[in-house]
Amino acid sequence: MATTHTRTAARWMAAPSILLLFMWMIVPLGMTVYFSFLHYNLLSPGEESWAGLMNYEFFVTDPAFKDAVFNTLYLVLGVLLITTVGGTLLALLLDQPFWGQGVARLMVIAPFFVMPTVSALVWKNMLMHPVNGLFAWIARTLGFQPVDWLGAYPLTSITIIVAWQWLPFATLILLTALQSLDQEQKEAAEMDGAGAFSIFRHITLPHLSRALTVVVLIETIFLLNVFAEILVTTNGGPGTASTNLGFLIYMQGLLQFDAGGASAGGVIAVILANVVAFFLIRAIGKNLEA
Amino acid sequence: MGSINLRQVRKSFGAVDVIPGVDLDINEGEFVVFVGPSGCGKSTLLRLIAGLEDVTSGSISIDGRDVTHAPPARRGLAMVFQSYALYPHMSVRKNIAFPLKMAGMDEASIEKKVSDAARALNLGDYLDRKPGQLSGGQRQRVAIGRAIVRQPTAFLFDEPLSNLDAALRVNMRLEIGELHRELGATMIYVTHDQVEAMTMADKIVVLQKGRIEQVGAPMDLYRAPANRFVAGFIGSPKMNFIEGHEAARLGAHAVGVRPEHMAVVAPQNSDWRARVTAVERLGADTFLHLRSDSLGAMTARAGGDESFELGSEVGLRPDPARLHRFGPSGETLAA
Repeated sequence: MATTHTRTAARWMAAPSILLLFMWMIVPLGMTVYFSFLHYNLLSPGEESWAGLMNYEFFVTDPAFKDAVFNTLYLVLGVLLITTVGGTLLALLLDQPFWGQGVARLMVIAPFFVMPTVSALVWKNMLMHPVNGLFAWIARTLGFQPVDWLGAYPLTSITIIVAWQWLPFATLILLTALQSLDQEQKEAAEMDGAGAFSIFRHITLPHLSRALTVVVLIETIFLLNVFAEILVTTNGGPGTASTNLGFLIYMQGLLQFDAGGASAGGVIAVILANVVAFFLIRAIGKNLEA
Repeated sequence: MGSINLRQVRKSFGAVDVIPGVDLDINEGEFVVFVGPSGCGKSTLLRLIAGLEDVTSGSISIDGRDVTHAPPARRGLAMVFQSYALYPHMSVRKNIAFPLKMAGMDEASIEKKVSDAARALNLGDYLDRKPGQLSGGQRQRVAIGRAIVRQPTAFLFDEPLSNLDAALRVNMRLEIGELHRELGATMIYVTHDQVEAMTMADKIVVLQKGRIEQVGAPMDLYRAPANRFVAGFIGSPKMNFIEGHEAARLGAHAVGVRPEHMAVVAPQNSDWRARVTAVERLGADTFLHLRSDSLGAMTARAGGDESFELGSEVGLRPDPARLHRFGPSGETLAA
């Protein structure tokens, strides 16, 4: 039972850590906002001058910007679609009793432990490579022309790679949710005349809605700034075909040494992420309420 | 409509025989209670009838139709679960409508049936609430509502009252009895509580370790238990069992006498004497817990207004017509 007095004391004691966390966040953000209003090129240090909104104007009117926004959304939505649908199916499969269940569950989770750069390199050189890759070998064995995945479908290929990494996460969360489903509910539905599909649609899926919401929210946060997979596979190309917002900012800042422009892009990315978060919470946030 | 016959039904989980082989006939319109201690296989037997478990061997028929391998939905039975198993994301209305929706009934008839059931069960005001917003008794009612809307041939209840408090349990007991009289449908009810069995059943099936110990009307089981297990299980407080010298004198391995069939008298007026170790006053009755060297621990019933002192000695005079005699393996010996 917290009295007013102890509550006040608790606030004072928590204050230093909250202040520290606040500084941790606000200082870099404030510096980014500040830099975004400067002409600031890394090649000519000490010559910064006030730019006003020019950096923003350049960044937004850059033809690559529109592509980057579209690619970002494509990547996020594509991975979300694959991981939620695939994760649900995998979780349903792993929830069935079968021989070697423990080992199978461990194997499914394995991709999550592989570093993004490593998994992207494995996919690029051992699976999707048009000459040495496994897919090319399969295509040739079956008498088809091998596909140059990263050349012909760069964004789709990256979506597949990233989805492969996130599938275990979705599967894991959904599997634990499935295991908490009351068996008697399923039995009751069975007695009520519901078939396997009806049970899934009317009992299992509503039960999973909260876990699905968690998966979508957490994945969205991470998928908005996919970077390593793009850097080691396509480098954003061909052209801007696989450049997302994060990669565009990287190019602006570290390839063109335009720290001001990159900062403006960063601020725009923060705003866009907040817009996405706002709509996402509006759309599915009610599932999180008890 | 609603007779159920079990023939040599056996169920084993791996090497363990949970139900070693049961024959049972349930007549149309009967209220049958499966009763027994926990782990006796009564719930398993119910789930076999429901089709939620597959029988290992033997056959089950409903209304003369063999349903041994039919899926649960094809058996025309409805079940009320111990946890109620309501669908938490659906409103009460949708919960009750679910079996009708699955049966492909049209919206208008569903609406009518749901509101009829809601009226019968006093759920009218709660139709748009979610199960999480209801009390235990209301959830129980919704579960029953979901069972009655599709007019099953028989109802199965799996310990439905065990999650309710004592007062509500008495109420629901009466309501389920009333429902049975109104619908006239066959009901099978599983419980570990012999009071529920005695008060509700037309026919009690006493189970132990997957075997049927005795089947009969409540008072038949009370008056003429087939063996020592049934004698001890039916009736509250439990029957007293006396072994050794005192039993041998009456020509049995053990004799049983119910607390209510012994008169508590002055010590000099009886051969059976015992010391009072505890007194439980219930108002109308007083239960005495007694101990003696020759008889062991005993329970006796006395009037509510009589007073006893702890540690004092009393005499017990059993009603000779109501003594039960048991053989060495627990079977009842003829009088």
